[in-house]
Amino acid sequence: METQEKLLNDITTQEYQYGFFTDIETDVIPKGLSEDVIRLISFKKKEPEFMLEFRLKAYREWLKMKSPEWAHLKIPPIDFQETIYYAAPRTSPKYESLDEVDPELLETFKKLGIPIEEQKHLAGVAVDVVMDSVSVTTTFKKVLAEKGIIFCSFSEALIEHPELVRKYLGMSVPPTDNFFAALNSAVFSDGSFCYIPKGVRCPMELSTYFRINTAGTGQFERTLIIAEDDSYVSYLEGCTAPMRDENQLHAAVVEIIAMDRAEVKYSTVQNWYPGDKNGVGGIYNFVTKRGICRGESSKISWTQVETGSAITWKYPSCVLIGDNSVGEFNSVALTNHHQQADTGTKMIHIGKNTKSTITSKGISAGKSDNAYRGLVKVMPGATNARNYSQCDSLLLGSTCGAHTFPYIEVGNKSSIVEHEATTSKIGENQIFYCNQRGISTEDAIGMIVNGYAREVLNKLPMEFAVEAQKLLAISLEGSVG
Amino acid sequence: MSIISEKISQADQLVSLFEQSRETLNQGSSPLLNRMREVSIKRFAQTGIPDFKNEDYKYTNLKPAFAKSYRQELVREKGIINLNEIFKCNVPQLDTHLVFLVNGWFYSGNNPGAALPSGVIVGSLEQIANERPELLENHLNRQAGLSNDPFVALNSAFTKDGFFLYIPKGVAIEKPVQVINLLSSDDNLMATQRNLVIAEAGCQVKILVCDHTLTTSSVLFNTVSEVFVGEDAMVDVYTLQNHHNLSTTINSSFYKQQRNSTLVTGAISLHGGLIRNNLKITFSGDHSEASMYGMSFTDKKQHVDNFTLIEHASPNCLSNQIYKNVLDDESTGAFSGRIHVARDAQQTNAFQRNNNILLSDKARMQTKPQLIIDADDVKCSHGATVGQINEEALFFLRARGIGEKDARMMLMNAFAHEVVQKITIEPLRDQIDELIEKRLKGEISVCHDCEYKCNS
Repeated sequence: METQEKLLNDITTQEYQYGFFTDIETDVIPKGLSEDVIRLISFKKKEPEFMLEFRLKAYREWLKMKSPEWAHLKIPPIDFQETIYYAAPRTSPKYESLDEVDPELLETFKKLGIPIEEQKHLAGVAVDVVMDSVSVTTTFKKVLAEKGIIFCSFSEALIEHPELVRKYLGMSVPPTDNFFAALNSAVFSDGSFCYIPKGVRCPMELSTYFRINTAGTGQFERTLIIAEDDSYVSYLEGCTAPMRDENQLHAAVVEIIAMDRAEVKYSTVQNWYPGDKNGVGGIYNFVTKRGICRGESSKISWTQVETGSAITWKYPSCVLIGDNSVGEFNSVALTNHHQQADTGTKMIHIGKNTKSTITSKGISAGKSDNAYRGLVKVMPGATNARNYSQCDSLLLGSTCGAHTFPYIEVGNKSSIVEHEATTSKIGENQIFYCNQRGISTEDAIGMIVNGYAREVLNKLPMEFAVEAQKLLAISLEGSVG
Repeated sequence: MSIISEKISQADQLVSLFEQSRETLNQGSSPLLNRMREVSIKRFAQTGIPDFKNEDYKYTNLKPAFAKSYRQELVREKGIINLNEIFKCNVPQLDTHLVFLVNGWFYSGNNPGAALPSGVIVGSLEQIANERPELLENHLNRQAGLSNDPFVALNSAFTKDGFFLYIPKGVAIEKPVQVINLLSSDDNLMATQRNLVIAEAGCQVKILVCDHTLTTSSVLFNTVSEVFVGEDAMVDVYTLQNHHNLSTTINSSFYKQQRNSTLVTGAISLHGGLIRNNLKITFSGDHSEASMYGMSFTDKKQHVDNFTLIEHASPNCLSNQIYKNVLDDESTGAFSGRIHVARDAQQTNAFQRNNNILLSDKARMQTKPQLIIDADDVKCSHGATVGQINEEALFFLRARGIGEKDARMMLMNAFAHEVVQKITIEPLRDQIDELIEKRLKGEISVCHDCEYKCNS
């Protein structure tokens, strides 16, 4: 028992090991937000006229909105005039060689099994083989272009494919959807754009790994993914390496549109700076993610592993319009110290025979609060809709909280909706069982947590899953192992 | 703009009614009751009638109910009550201590306290507040006063009378106490009733509350009950709601449990235009247990909303909730259950389940089971389902030669029986089983041998 308590104590008091100070040269505009600032952003990015109108419309609506207060979060007041709304990606390297990089960080990279060149890139080292990375990107781009896939930064898409952006932007997340989405719509700096034409199966996982041109796009990121009929794409967001971002506020928007029989898989691993153990600093992560299954038999699945950020406010949702469409949500959310997470999903069933599954695994430690909040709504016309939700919470230590707020609204008699939730701590008998078989308590906790989250981790693409598993282990195991 | 002005006017009308009738309200009423009026009306004026933007009333809209004009009985009216009529709705074969309340006023004509064990006090809240204020002092509005529900505040402002029961230490009342709330009026009526039950340490009591509407005009029935469950005490409270389609019932119950106490509550809603049941249980002593059951049947445009809040403030307590709804026609149902486990309430076991069957495509069910857990050594779970009768079970029965209609009936009965079997008063259980069967067959759209065709 004593070791276990000590362990839990160690785990729950462990600090984020990888935070450090960076001084980046950036092209900034004065802080504060006004129509002029928005015009300036739009001008700097050489955007077409319709984009500026989109931004201004969102901004005017945003002015009328209030920051949402319904979440189970204590959000300190945010002064939106104190934030800098445009920062161009960094241009010069931070370090000259890997030797200058925090050895702890390199250790993490090693644990995560990231190749050396990639490590350099992630740590912001001036990579002398940068040409390699670029060439990698170019090779990828060539392969994709042959298939007709468009995958580029949002700014690039605005210049090269304005008609596509214009057609689909704001379709899933209207510029006035909510407070943070409106803010994003008004000031978003960049993001990625992905278009999969009819009948194309994207041959590789599209990921941030080679999205060099859009890396470090700052706090207001916008992603738009369009999957035409019979296409397939798996998209990976974020990065398993600890990203140090001094921005206090992140308000990203992700939009997905899936047409007939298209399938989109969107995976996120988020490990932003969660603040120190006293709850000072850290990222406020307010994200709006929504996918629309417009076509029949289309499928959108969200998989997320959330371990970072001081505040997470994130509800990746699926609007199932097409008949027989499928929505999936799989999540592991881990909070430690003073972190707060209010995350979950919305499944809106509109088409007939639509199906959705929700698997949410929360792990709370330290003094953190971890909440699942979800809505399953079956419209009267969505006959034979089916939903199954499972939300489990694991508590480590007696000062953390785990909360569940599911909303279920069913509007016809042929639909079946089920929701289950449990909350518990790691059983002493489970640990005892492992100890008996010669497994140390630390390994046992790691094993149990990983086993607990496996259902979700298995949904991640192969190499991502391995890294996410290690990340979970690091987040909890660091001081254990 | 019209919506905003309407909001102001509905609440304002009630506030100005309060201002006008302040003297009438205070007259003859104990200072104990009068003291809470002023604070409460202010609190009500602040909130007004909640709309869907109020998270607690997201699924229940009470605005149309308050838009009607109502008469209020602010002073006791000497109506003639035909007891024969009342007994018609009585539960047969059930030997109980009968207590009647008419339009929120206690009726003492049948001398309800006569056969009760000595020391037990049963009577009118108004009267006892005047005669024995020391009994009420530590309990009245102690729980309800903490609530921020506007209708509880409205009740506290307007309340004049209600049911009072005091059971001294160690006394067990063998026969159930049956409280019959009757609503009878020729015009539209708003009735306010305030109940207080104090069960001292080690006592035992079973209370059966039956609501009946004996009128065809619109009624709005706003009751608040506070129940104090002492150490080692065992209290059962069953509520049987039978109203008509033009009625609105807001029923808020607050229970406070001391160490080692046991509580069972059951709410069976057979009929009612709009029913909102608020239930709050606070465990203020360890090792106490509470079981809450609810069953509702709705059809036409009825609406039933069960809103529960379980406050696990002490360690080692157990709570168990099962709420079931069967919805037909264009009826709507809502369930909201919140379990809050406080930081030091370790070793808590809390379970909650909500199962619903939709029988028609126009029926709607909205459910919101919630867990808020701030302690780690707990076992908490909740589950919610919305669906239909199990087709496989139906097939099983049909394969054995049972007609489809009968098979469906059997399965629905079984669905309801899980809740009904928890009722510990046996004749009542049989009676309810029978009522449910009739209800499901559609026979008691009109109550048996009742001259009021309330639900036709």
